[in-house]
Amino acid sequence: MGGLLGRTRFAAIDDVSFSLEAARPEIFAIIGESGSGKTTLARMILNTLAPSKGIIRFLGEDISRFRGRREQLQFMRKVQPIFQNPFEAFNPLKRVDRYLFASAYHFAEHHGRAGREAAADEALKKVGLSLAEVKGRFPHELSGGQLQRAAIARALISSPALIVADEPVSMVDASLRMSIVNLFKTLRDELRVSIIYITHDLATAYYISDRVLIMQKGKVVETGPARHVLSNPQHPYTVLLRESILSPDDVDKPHLAGAA
Amino acid sequence: MLRVFRDLFRYNREFAAGTILVLIVLSLVVASFFSPYPPQDSYVVPPDVPPCWAYPLGTNSRGQDVFWQLTVAIRNSLLFGIAVAFLSRIISLVIGLVSGYTGGLVDRVLMSINDTFVVIPLFPILTLFYFMMHDHMSWTLLALAMASLGWPYDARLIRSVALSLRNREFTAQSVFSGMSTRQILLEEHLPYVLPIVFSTTMNNINWSIGLEVTLSVIGFTNIETPTIGTMIYWANQHTAMVAGIWWWVVAPVATVIMTFIGLFLLSVSVNEFIDPRSRLARMGV
Amino acid sequence: MDVALSVRGLRAYYLTSHFGVEREVRAVDDITLSVEKKEIYGIAGESSCGKSTFIRTIAAAIRPPLRVLGGSIRYSFLDRDLYDLDERALTDMRWKHLSCILQGSMNVLNPVRRVRESFKDFASPHMGLARSEFLEAVKAHLKRLRLSPTVLSAFPHELSGGMRQRVAIALATVCRPEFIIADEPTTALDVVVQKDVLALILEMQREIGSSMIFVTHDLTVHANISNRLGIMYAGRLVEEGSTRDILRDPMHPYTRHLIASLPRIGDVTPKKGLSGAPPSLADPPSGCRFHPRCPLAMDICRQAHPELTALAPGRRVACYAISPLVQPAHDAAAAHQATKADKSAAFLQ
Repeated sequence: MGGLLGRTRFAAIDDVSFSLEAARPEIFAIIGESGSGKTTLARMILNTLAPSKGIIRFLGEDISRFRGRREQLQFMRKVQPIFQNPFEAFNPLKRVDRYLFASAYHFAEHHGRAGREAAADEALKKVGLSLAEVKGRFPHELSGGQLQRAAIARALISSPALIVADEPVSMVDASLRMSIVNLFKTLRDELRVSIIYITHDLATAYYISDRVLIMQKGKVVETGPARHVLSNPQHPYTVLLRESILSPDDVDKPHLAGAA
Repeated sequence: MLRVFRDLFRYNREFAAGTILVLIVLSLVVASFFSPYPPQDSYVVPPDVPPCWAYPLGTNSRGQDVFWQLTVAIRNSLLFGIAVAFLSRIISLVIGLVSGYTGGLVDRVLMSINDTFVVIPLFPILTLFYFMMHDHMSWTLLALAMASLGWPYDARLIRSVALSLRNREFTAQSVFSGMSTRQILLEEHLPYVLPIVFSTTMNNINWSIGLEVTLSVIGFTNIETPTIGTMIYWANQHTAMVAGIWWWVVAPVATVIMTFIGLFLLSVSVNEFIDPRSRLARMGV
Repeated sequence: MDVALSVRGLRAYYLTSHFGVEREVRAVDDITLSVEKKEIYGIAGESSCGKSTFIRTIAAAIRPPLRVLGGSIRYSFLDRDLYDLDERALTDMRWKHLSCILQGSMNVLNPVRRVRESFKDFASPHMGLARSEFLEAVKAHLKRLRLSPTVLSAFPHELSGGMRQRVAIALATVCRPEFIIADEPTTALDVVVQKDVLALILEMQREIGSSMIFVTHDLTVHANISNRLGIMYAGRLVEEGSTRDILRDPMHPYTRHLIASLPRIGDVTPKKGLSGAPPSLADPPSGCRFHPRCPLAMDICRQAHPELTALAPGRRVACYAISPLVQPAHDAAAAHQATKADKSAAFLQ
């Protein structure tokens, strides 16, 4: 990324605006390829990166104004991340339950051991696991799917209003992927959590999102209701994306046809 | 824990060799508490007797039993080395971790200080220190002086590990689990930093003993206290090599070499063992 | 029935020993398949199914702790088993008769040397042309891949991911090898670039007439590229057939599940995930390795693993529940006790 010669100012994100409503939990997909700025956007929303211009407001407050640990903790209680690689998201030398207990301690105010374990177990049950399965295990002892679900459970412990998921299923095996994608639907419908789902995979975005935002090279290219945008793309870039997707149905009508 | 030692001993030749050497040295240290002669006294036995049954390592020109002198000497030298290593580890860990993790201005300031210390020439400074302190020179003071000079290389090493860890996703997840910076540094990052800390500790012990020997041989330390260096100092004062009292010089030199090699072998083998990559391989990742 | 590659009973395990802990990871366990000339044979499977290990064994690119413990690998352009060749014969063969397109193009291109050096290192010895003729031939080849000749003087990091992958394809095809092995060549690429690169691979393969083994977990890629498809699970092949047959009419419960859970644009019917997880290859389940997750599991499934049986011409399945013709593999028990004879001992790279 960026030029070879000298230091050029490079806008990773240029003039991006959108909003989600607190009262109506939704799954908002941000679709883009590498270099589109979607990861930078995720980090800004999580307040790990400060915007050069513009304001990000959460529940009415400008998040760049947070000072001190207490305000940061308040924010993190409401906004939680899910990362792409579940095996990187957990320290391979440490046990997985550690992060669940830490979240329970700091966000759910459970200071006793029993309280922490109960909170962790409850969160794990919401994602289809249980503390018994996870307790005392190291990350490599679980599958990618289980680990990612444990990561989601950890994010749920503080009862967040918003989860920012950066490519949460791209590194999970195909046979386990859909159960996690379905889980996001459950989170939205039953737990009333909004999810910002960042991905390059249009098919899963079509499957679960309510709204969609397409990014290219840092700019917003198209946005609107998911099914509508993905079935009838207007912008040439979205059209290009749509046409480039491969489908199992191609086996009957070859998509590649030699030269593209 | 015991099983770990047993496994290491059985499967790792360096660890086995290192342990044996260090155990020999340690047994000398333990023996020092049973010395029949007060270590500082002289002329308690006939001088210049070559090694024999009564005096296993002979006696020196000051009328001291070389063997018992040696036990006290290696004990003092080792204690000194360990003290210096311990103190300087703490400094380098704190500075390295904080600098690597925090970044920004804090990092730049700390590293400038760090690099200044790297450039300081050790030996002239310590010599200056001796001349300034002279009569008030004590082992504690010397240990403190050396500890405050011996941390910069290792701080940079630790910082580089901390830098790479900062960008890993599990660090972000730890932050979002509410963990404080201190908790993250000590519990999440430290295991990755430990191999460096461990090997640099061994290096540091070797380095400080070496420096102590150098200073003592020249006479810049408290020469009444028996240490490896002061033994050699006194041997030189009495021109032991020329006079043919070779056992007086060979004994401390051989012991200190054995200590160096033993510690080195231990550090290399334990390092490999606690290195995260090898731990992960053993866990079957 | 011209066969380009014939693999019989291949077994390759990782045997590790760290501080007294011994592990045997059965990454490739008794694989038998054949690839015909000019065909693209796809291998599909998830993480830790052994497909990458399989690739390494048929490319003779193994290194301890990975060891080949049994089976045979015969290419049409060799007169003997792959593992009976010596080091020099192997080097002669690489890039000229057998080449690879790998997942990270950086695995092939040296990051500190210009692209043309890679061509000189790999391809030049085989083509036996004078320097200038060689460069001309390479440039012409690059043009066919729609790459400008200036790419030759660039360093790999100066090119985009898609361009690098196209360079890797150029490198793998410039000597017109009889057999190409592709391991997830488009997985890390953007969707738009992926389509382009796949089309190129297809075009090159058709033009040169090579046979190919194409490994990827992505079934939509197989739908567009592979002629025949083999599904791997936990180190074994569980189903094989033409790509159309497998996608339209999968038989093995695992395959059925994979196909059913594929999301498509325009389709909002609920999809389900499989319960459980792919097994650890160090300690796989007894009998059929899929039985803990299989909705059709029966007693016999727990006891002995099924033989990959031909149920129709070109269609093989390893599942008792699909057809009574499927029987337990006769060497099921013996296979494990089998000699730890290390076929690859001469091969330490």
